[in-house]
Amino acid sequence: MLLTPLQTFVMILAIALGSGLTRFTPFFLFPQKKDPPKLITYIGRSLPPAMMGLLVVFCLKGVSVTSAPHGIPELIAILVITAVHLWKGNVLLSIGSGTVVYMVLVQGVFS
Amino acid sequence: MDKKQEYKKALYAAFPHSIPVLTGFLVLGAAYGVLMQKGGYGTLWSVMMSALAFCGSMQFVAITLLTTVFDPIQAFLLSIMVNARHLFYGLAMLEKYKGMGKARAFLIYTLCDETFSIVSSITPPENVDKKHFYLSLSLLNYAYWVLGTFIGSVLGRFITFSTKGLDFVLTALFLVLFLEQMKKRENRISGIIGLVSAGLGLLLFGAENMVIPSMIFILIILLVGRKKLCC
Repeated sequence: MLLTPLQTFVMILAIALGSGLTRFTPFFLFPQKKDPPKLITYIGRSLPPAMMGLLVVFCLKGVSVTSAPHGIPELIAILVITAVHLWKGNVLLSIGSGTVVYMVLVQGVFS
Repeated sequence: MDKKQEYKKALYAAFPHSIPVLTGFLVLGAAYGVLMQKGGYGTLWSVMMSALAFCGSMQFVAITLLTTVFDPIQAFLLSIMVNARHLFYGLAMLEKYKGMGKARAFLIYTLCDETFSIVSSITPPENVDKKHFYLSLSLLNYAYWVLGTFIGSVLGRFITFSTKGLDFVLTALFLVLFLEQMKKRENRISGIIGLVSAGLGLLLFGAENMVIPSMIFILIILLVGRKKLCC
């Protein structure tokens, strides 16, 4: 451990302050007592699907298409999840089956 | 019905939605605890970091910061950049987190990718108070992360079965909730904007720096296309 306990504590606070700031800023800028501008309401309503799309891509950002296994386990798992979800529409079942398929692929097939 | 029972009901209603997060956070939290242990930081420090900062990816980045020169300003700025996506989560939650009373500060403090995804994709059951439901969900997800960190830090050395690939559960969660949102016709354009913007961000700026450019792309497209996308 390179930092002293006090330094470590200050570092933790600095990081917590940074993340807290990103979380609280929108709520400070647009307090609940008065309605936010229409533009903000529009953006707020449009953001969830867009950010979900971003999160999916963000999770896959480390996948390399050019080197083995060429993102094949991810692709298969995504197809399984989508198929199971369109078929049964059960959130937990889709997540569970996709994760199991992915684990089998990376541990057994493409290891 | 008294308050305690109401909370219990909300907790029961929220728990099934949190199971994928339970799985993912125990695995990733444990991985974090193990890495911190390797960096020379014991249980107290890793649990304190998880409880106070509660920001998954930034905590992993911070392991490097904790083992080099003491520079809290750099840590603070980096934390803002890595966590910038929370700004958009906040904008999206302005309406849902209205009138939450004392719980509001905690809901905002613990707003993470996973909680945001679930809250924005599902409707709380009708017989459960909205506030209690959101609070239960946030509390559960927060507890999983702190607990996972603790387990990894204390028991990391004894975990022998391979959990490789188990963290894919969170990717699966985001994908399924994305699909859930795509069921609604009015959400589809916005979802595609998100995918395209993130794809562009990844191609142009690379895996390490993709998030903020992608957020800017989303914002620009939403603003430019406002008249066509909205009323």
